[in-house]
Amino acid sequence: MPVVQIFGSFRAFTDGRAEVTVKGTTFKQVLDALAHDWPALAPVIDEGVSLAIDGRMIKDSWFEPVREDSEVVLMPQMQGG
Amino acid sequence: MSLDNVPEHDEDAAAPAGEYRPRDFKVVGTRPLRPDGIDKVTGKAMYGADFYAPGMLVGKMLRSPHAHARIVRLDTSKATALPGVKAVMTAADFPAPRNIEAKDVGHHIMAHDQVLYDGHAVAAVAATSEAVAKQALKLIDVEYEVLPHVVDVDEAVKPGAVIVREGQRNKKVPDGYSDNCSGWYECGHGDVEAGFAKADLIVERSFKTASTHQGYIEPHACLASMGPDGRADLWCCTQGHYGVRRMCAGILGMEQSQLRVTASEIGGGFGGKTTVFIEPVALKLSEKAGRPVKIVMSREEVFRATGPTTSSSTDVKIGMTRDGKITAATAMCRYEGGAWDNWTVNMGVQSAFASYDLEAVKSQGVNVLTNRPKQAAYRAPGTPQATYAVESVMDELCQKLELDPIDTRLKNAAREGTKAAYGPTYAKIGLVELLEAAKAHPHYSAPLEPGVSRGVSNGFWFNFGGETCVSLALNFDGTITLIEGNPDIGGSRAAMTMMAAEELGVAYEKVRTLVADTASLGHNETTHGSRVTFAVGLATIKAARAAKAEMCRRAAKFWGIDPDAVEWVDGCARATGHNAGDFEPMPIEKIAKDSPSTGGPIVGHHEVTAEGAGVSFGVHLVDLKVDPETGFTEVVRYTVFQDAGKAIHPSYVEGQLQGGAAQGIGWALNEGYIYGADGCLQNPGFLDYRVPVASDLPRIDTVILEIPNPGHPYGVRGVGETGIVPPLAAITNAVSRNIGVRMNALPMSPPAIRAAIKSKG
Repeated sequence: MPVVQIFGSFRAFTDGRAEVTVKGTTFKQVLDALAHDWPALAPVIDEGVSLAIDGRMIKDSWFEPVREDSEVVLMPQMQGG
Repeated sequence: MSLDNVPEHDEDAAAPAGEYRPRDFKVVGTRPLRPDGIDKVTGKAMYGADFYAPGMLVGKMLRSPHAHARIVRLDTSKATALPGVKAVMTAADFPAPRNIEAKDVGHHIMAHDQVLYDGHAVAAVAATSEAVAKQALKLIDVEYEVLPHVVDVDEAVKPGAVIVREGQRNKKVPDGYSDNCSGWYECGHGDVEAGFAKADLIVERSFKTASTHQGYIEPHACLASMGPDGRADLWCCTQGHYGVRRMCAGILGMEQSQLRVTASEIGGGFGGKTTVFIEPVALKLSEKAGRPVKIVMSREEVFRATGPTTSSSTDVKIGMTRDGKITAATAMCRYEGGAWDNWTVNMGVQSAFASYDLEAVKSQGVNVLTNRPKQAAYRAPGTPQATYAVESVMDELCQKLELDPIDTRLKNAAREGTKAAYGPTYAKIGLVELLEAAKAHPHYSAPLEPGVSRGVSNGFWFNFGGETCVSLALNFDGTITLIEGNPDIGGSRAAMTMMAAEELGVAYEKVRTLVADTASLGHNETTHGSRVTFAVGLATIKAARAAKAEMCRRAAKFWGIDPDAVEWVDGCARATGHNAGDFEPMPIEKIAKDSPSTGGPIVGHHEVTAEGAGVSFGVHLVDLKVDPETGFTEVVRYTVFQDAGKAIHPSYVEGQLQGGAAQGIGWALNEGYIYGADGCLQNPGFLDYRVPVASDLPRIDTVILEIPNPGHPYGVRGVGETGIVPPLAAITNAVSRNIGVRMNALPMSPPAIRAAIKSKG
């Protein structure tokens, strides 16, 4: 199962854990699993987040594959100018 | 200077994973004439204020003269009764908002029971002439109860500060901050305290930056026409007409299909035209009046009531060994973005140390509400402010440890495999190559004349992709019409035309690219985040490939062979393979001409949420001199180094880099919102808010490196935003070295520099 890295301000929703292991082989499955396993994260995810999967920032592609050994980082959603 | 002077990049080393495949380009990389050039220099181009409709009314908005006040009474009856006035509206005319975006954007456009910034609109009128509209505004009776205000970020963040809006505190915000703090973000890794313990020198400094405006030439303008059936058309200058449709529909309670938005040509945006300020008002006035309504902002309105960038206050601490290795780094960013929450601080926090490979790093930030207009994006939003602070401390460390600024950055530079401070591990990136190019450049080795000093800075930006559609039609004469859905703010029609021509093997002149309205093409995310050349380019290439595949199928049918035995080469279908048969290549013109009889019109299209935009880095060098008597700074030489992945049209890329540097020079030296003790903006015009003009600037040289982005078929990385990130620190570092005082606030106007020189005693 992939390990999701949780950075500082999101750790408040994962009992301070810097890494959590979740089920999932796609972007959407990982986010759904995060929201399920860590209910405090659910509203944050609903508000909009990104995942960096193996160095690629993924904003909103549900079927983007996630491997068992993928580097997955939970990030805020971003905007540009 | 340009591509010719840059060492060849090893394409094999770029690892053609993902979308990218090396190729020899024929059109991409050349410099054809821009397709919009003649229209723009002859005045034929239609900007936001150029649209007219029969029976059109003039819309005007009444704005608050106070930074913070309760609206005790708002009486529009006299204005409504004025002959020639056809509609009057207030916030009460907007329905209940559908979502947070509609609530915040609608509230920013027009005040409810309180005005929250100087310039906050309270009512609007539509009249038969501008004179009548102005007279009507004077007849609107508003009684205000003036409330305490706060406009300074450091004041607003303190416990006990004037509260801008109750109930906005974010629960992630730690104790010790005021209830104005609406957002908090932090990132990093490693043990920073242990890292600082290893340092030979630690520098810790605090910095402030003023709020700046994007300074686009064209004020916001729109024409709205809503019929009695609730169907509406809107023409406006914007960076994203699909976003305008979404926001207007959300604020007005419309279905999106009932609103068609057409983007005009755009006279600059730089992030400031990614939201709406007047469009819902024009639509509501049109609905009430039953006639089209045009609103054009004055320059004063643009300054007071659109979205400047955040002002900031940032603390940075960096520890370094004697030989220049960073041992630990921290940043605390305080950003104010007006009276509404925003995410800009998140970008600042994440980007602060993105250029470095660090074992121990911690970056934190808080968004603070103030009595100012709601901030909008401005090129790489949030990033110049944080980078300014980090790169200033880096320079001070280099100066104190007598280290070369570029060598020190090279020693610590992020590279492929670096765990970025904001989380991901980088794939192939180009920062090391940029630093090496800067070090090898004649600018860096040029002797400094007396009185001239040199500054260096890195910069970083994320780059985005997003939802994108294009449609590429083969006309019966063999020419191509390409339809995209993003306003052309930086040469996208030229870039898309070139990528389509490249892929199809036809001449640039055979392709015409147009920007569709919202009813003519599927959704396209706003032109922001340096996304268009990457994402729309990717979709264009895929649409062209779809059209090529269909053209090969038509040729195969004609020849009676398997489609797999046909390939597309230089604008022709060619039979290939041993058993394909001996056929003359079939040119695109013949396939197009025959298409009605071979299956019908040929159109390639592609729809995608583009991901995989490669991050971007830049390095800037600046030489300048400071007049100690007046404090005036003259920039005498400037060179930008940036990785474009692949420069589709190098002239446009150079323009982006030069434009970013010019705006950064203005931000560093002169630009800044100035508020009086009453919380009102004191300089809402270009006479008192001074952007650099041509005579203020030297030639800005550019060096484009091309380290392919694995996520794009041609290797493209966005280039629109990174260019504004390094100038703030590069210029600060040069000024600080010049006058012998470390500068820690922007803008470094002549009085500020004079004061710093005097402080030396």
